Amino acid sequence: MIPSAFDYARPSTVQEAVRILSEAGEDAKVLAGGQSLIPVLRLRLAAPSLLVDLGGIAELRGVSESGDELVIGAMTRHADILRDPLVARYAPLLAQATATVADRQVRHLGTIGGSLSHADPAGDLPSVSLALDAVMTIAGPAGERSVPASEFFVDYLTTAMQPGEVLVAVRVPKREGWGTHYEKFNRVAQAWALVGVAAAVRRENGSIAEARVALTNMGTTPLRATAVEQALAGALASADAIASAAASAAEGTSPSSDVSASAEYRTHLAKVLTRRAVAAAGGIDAA
Amino acid sequence: MPRISLTVDGVRYDDDVEPRTLLVHHLRERLGKVGTVVGCDTSNCGACTVLMSGEAVKSCTVLAVQADGADITTVEGLAGPDGKLHPVQQAFHDRHALQCGFCTPGMIMAAVDLLAENPDPTDEEIREGLEGNLCRCTGYQNIVRAVRDAAAAMRSAAAPQESVPIGGGA
Ligand SMILES: Cc1cc2nc3c(=O)[nH]c(=O)nc-3n(C[C@H](O)[C@H](O)[C@H](O)COP(=O)(O)OP(=O)(O)OC[C@H]3O[C@@H](n4cnc5c(N)ncnc54)[C@H](O)[C@@H]3O)c2cc1C
Ligand code: FES
Ligand code: FES
Repeated sequence: MIPSAFDYARPSTVQEAVRILSEAGEDAKVLAGGQSLIPVLRLRLAAPSLLVDLGGIAELRGVSESGDELVIGAMTRHADILRDPLVARYAPLLAQATATVADRQVRHLGTIGGSLSHADPAGDLPSVSLALDAVMTIAGPAGERSVPASEFFVDYLTTAMQPGEVLVAVRVPKREGWGTHYEKFNRVAQAWALVGVAAAVRRENGSIAEARVALTNMGTTPLRATAVEQALAGALASADAIASAAASAAEGTSPSSDVSASAEYRTHLAKVLTRRAVAAAGGIDAA
Repeated sequence: MPRISLTVDGVRYDDDVEPRTLLVHHLRERLGKVGTVVGCDTSNCGACTVLMSGEAVKSCTVLAVQADGADITTVEGLAGPDGKLHPVQQAFHDRHALQCGFCTPGMIMAAVDLLAENPDPTDEEIREGLEGNLCRCTGYQNIVRAVRDAAAAMRSAAAPQESVPIGGGA
């Protein structure tokens, strides 16, 4: 199908984008890579009056270092993330999860900012941003503000951004000395995760000093598996300790039942995938 | 209406387009490039794949206005000026990598894109690399064989020189 008619603007600075969006009101939408938005427009699930294309704003694209953080521009494409040496060095979890997103064609256009702003609970990058304690930089009419990932995802397809605001960058603390892993379960090619688990583990001697575990598609937003993290803190770095911690992976979650999986199956997957993800992140043979 | 300028298969076109026009419709209906087809409404099938600035994209999931200034290669632009098929096209022909042929233009463009990044892929890498393209007929076996053959042909053609230009017909 062909989308319904809309106006189109292609600003060249963030300031200009924010001004156009605030003047246009709630009917305007930001266009990033279009890989979620254009399918929605084609199915006429949305009919915005104006699209504000961020594709012409050079400052939004690319990865840089700032002290102990990586600053990833919102318009950095999935394909750019996969090739970026700073991401490979300081946030390999992000690259590993990005490699599982969709297919080559979609990764050539889809952006990290679009994935996070879209806030699809089945999206792979929201849970990764939680596990990495990422912080979003958001620009709006009143200037810039920072929102941690833990407060950014508010509900199904809903973020803390207000109309007129634009996600500018994702700031990711450099995680040196941490092991990380993304474990995604899907049944067919280019499919979304039935469940996914992002894990980051810091080991000290023979034990796990700290762990971060976040779940994809176990509720209307990505969720931290807090009970697992608490059980792992200070635990022995052993397959048994990980298995017993992973048993509480579904605590506090509310997975949906749909054509792809029942809530019960998702609950089962969350535990199994958490065990695998934490073991791989910690470099422990899960046997 | 915004005015856009595209280079498609080596020819430059300047046109006024409605913002909602999808690149694939612009290619087919305005520029007559009907080699690129539409197979779905959900951005899944990959039949509409073209190269945009050298990278494979689903042209049903790009607005024509987003492509302004880009260099587009469709399946119609792969063969050499003398009509000699691109090695990927030749290999699809030789290996019987199609039945109804509907997925073929997109499959070929996705394979060209994959081989530009990975000139010597394993079968596994070929399957992963083409995951954005669905075929309802072949069961993929002959497609994988064709891409493997094309990769070998392109590597040996490239051996004495630096690289094989995409769309130049080698
Ligand atoms: C076939 C297919 C398979 C897919 N499979 C997966 C998968 O397995 N895993 C996965 O995670 N994703 C998947 N995706 C989605 C893909 O990752 C998209 O790239 C991503 O969700 C959206 O990014 P985008 O840049 O294309 O954003 P767009 O589609 O342009 O925008 C998405 C939404 O975010 C808003 N937005 C975008 N950027 C900003 C910004 N900077 N500030 C404020 N709002 C903004 C837009 O207004 C829109 O509402 C798939 C997509 C397709 C078509
Ligand atoms: S027509 Fe473009 S992906 Fe199916
Ligand atoms: S040959 Fe018929 S869809 Fe592939």
